[in-house]
Amino acid sequence: MKRAVGLAALAVALSYNIASAQQISVKVGVLTDMSSLYADDTGPGSVAAARLAAQDFMKDHANVKVEIVSADHQNKADVGSQVANQWYDVDKVDMIVDVPNSGVALAISQIAAQKNKVFVGSGPASSDLTGPKCNANNVQWTYDTWMLANGTGKAIVKNGGDTWFFLTADYAFGHALERDTAAVVEANGGKVLGKVRVPLNTNDFSSFLLQAQASKAKVIGLANAGGDTINSIKQGAEFGIVKGGQSFAGLLIFAPDIGALGLQTAQGLMFTETWYWDRTDADRAWTKRWDKERNAPGKIPSMNMAGVYAGTLHYLKAVAALKSAADGKAVVAEMKKLPTDDPLFGKGTIRADGRKIHPAYLFQVKKPEESKHPGDYYNLKATIPAAEAFRPLKDGGCPLVNG
Amino acid sequence: MFEIFGIPSGALFGQLLIGLINGSFYALLSLGLAVIFGMLNIINFSHGAQYMMGAFAAYLMLKYSGLGYWPALIIAPLVVGLTGVIVERVFLQWLYKLDHLYGLLLTFGLALIIEGVARNQLGSAGLPYVVPDALRGGQNLGFMFLPNYRAWVIFASLAVCISTWFVIERTRLGAYLRAATENPTLVRAFGINVPVMITLTYGFGVALAAFAGVMAAPIYNVSPQMGSELIIVVFAVVVIGGMGSILGAIITGFGLGIIEGLTKVFFPEASNTVIFVIMAIVLLVRPAGLFGRRA
Repeated sequence: MKRAVGLAALAVALSYNIASAQQISVKVGVLTDMSSLYADDTGPGSVAAARLAAQDFMKDHANVKVEIVSADHQNKADVGSQVANQWYDVDKVDMIVDVPNSGVALAISQIAAQKNKVFVGSGPASSDLTGPKCNANNVQWTYDTWMLANGTGKAIVKNGGDTWFFLTADYAFGHALERDTAAVVEANGGKVLGKVRVPLNTNDFSSFLLQAQASKAKVIGLANAGGDTINSIKQGAEFGIVKGGQSFAGLLIFAPDIGALGLQTAQGLMFTETWYWDRTDADRAWTKRWDKERNAPGKIPSMNMAGVYAGTLHYLKAVAALKSAADGKAVVAEMKKLPTDDPLFGKGTIRADGRKIHPAYLFQVKKPEESKHPGDYYNLKATIPAAEAFRPLKDGGCPLVNG
Repeated sequence: MFEIFGIPSGALFGQLLIGLINGSFYALLSLGLAVIFGMLNIINFSHGAQYMMGAFAAYLMLKYSGLGYWPALIIAPLVVGLTGVIVERVFLQWLYKLDHLYGLLLTFGLALIIEGVARNQLGSAGLPYVVPDALRGGQNLGFMFLPNYRAWVIFASLAVCISTWFVIERTRLGAYLRAATENPTLVRAFGINVPVMITLTYGFGVALAAFAGVMAAPIYNVSPQMGSELIIVVFAVVVIGGMGSILGAIITGFGLGIIEGLTKVFFPEASNTVIFVIMAIVLLVRPAGLFGRRA
């Protein structure tokens, strides 16, 4: 009797093995900000985007089973690392995507490399991820600080905004953004007249705005993000900054931020993004599907969410090509080998340093009377071709490139 | 134009005025806290969340019933104050005889719940709210551009602060109130309904927070975390002024606004910390606060 049970168990185990050889299972973890300042730019919207990518992929690849899980990193590197370790080691997650907040993302990128898994950073801004801190398990999808500085800085200097004053968030991200933008401004013949380092999460910017006003600079560069940017612009309108002939340059702005400001306050603002929901028919069609999946009326998707969708889709293509998700380095190498092609970012490539290359767009916020429907926020001012949008490969200092 | 410590005097006057404006918010919020602590002995940690509720109420009124800034300035504090009354009746009234810690924990928990619900319902990025038409634009004072709305903030805040102080310190109603906190049993013996008075006082303190929230909506980002960002500073203001001292809260609020404003000129990186440095010094020298009574 005992032997019979043993044989039966063996048979079951064998048949399971044969079945699983044909079927590939992949687990994708969306690690994001569910509860704090970036939750509207990423958060539940990113999870919806990842689910769409999984659905689309499984439609064409019946042999691949994709599972999406999600967690909140609370903008804390230690919390994020803990989740990542648990996911990679215990829960058999193969790839982590999204991760807004550069501090958390730098930690996750290290963990992915140690455990030979994959990290597709569609949320973080720091260009260090594909610079000195790059590794072979990491792809940065949507944007980075160099691209933001270059796109917005160059365009504004060329339009005559040649004297700058910076309001800088006083931590690593703000300093990097200020440094990169100041370099672009000066390289294009502009001048930086001054700067003030503002503590993170400052409520009242009027004092700093007054200093910016006194500097007589034509452009006030906002090297900050989220609530800080919203407060600067809102109070700038109140203090008559724009009426007085100065203008704001938002160096990192997402579409939901414009919703928070309202067009009345935000009109005329110029900044760079790599994706906007209302730019092409494909974008609009995708947004409709996203809206259904997200199921929260009135929300619009951000470029980060588009990055989650496109990044996940391309990752799955690489896994399907290799027929396995086990070796993270091999999957990322395959992602770099395959040309990228998706409805949101179009055709593109991933460079040796892990940088995804696609065009960037310079947008200007519409006047209230120009806006025809909810979420109709931007006018396209210029397209920055893919070849110019990101930092040249040789300048990044990525060890994968320089050997 | 002459210079003071290398800063043109015009710029310095501008910064002083701005400090006064920020001080108005500190004063309004710390006033509500001081009233609640002074009369109820409750450390109201949900004050920031109630301030946020005021701003959100103004936004929702505009969106769903078209009621603008001016009606919101009256209605939002009433509505939010009413929620305060409910909170007091259901939860707080059982805690007066216990340690301060219980009230603090309860109100802190409430604050987290309110913030979480707001974030879930309305998102984290914030909501738009514009300056009312009548107060748009500003005056050129020569040394700075003063937006009309900011002038209104100073005026309204001063008016509310002074009348609150007057009611509590100089009227019969205020005398009942102060007597009721000293010796509730005796005051009840005179036929005064103490529990109702205490409930209404909490409601009033909460309404003050909501009033400050509506005042803030046109100039600060209306987001679920707007209260928690401010509340820590306001607590420091209350501690410096002396817990429960109404005049102390008002004067310290304005004073610290000015000191913070000056820090923003001379050493901007420290502008978030300066208030806490002052708090530490004051606690060392006068543990009961600048205007507090020694226990």
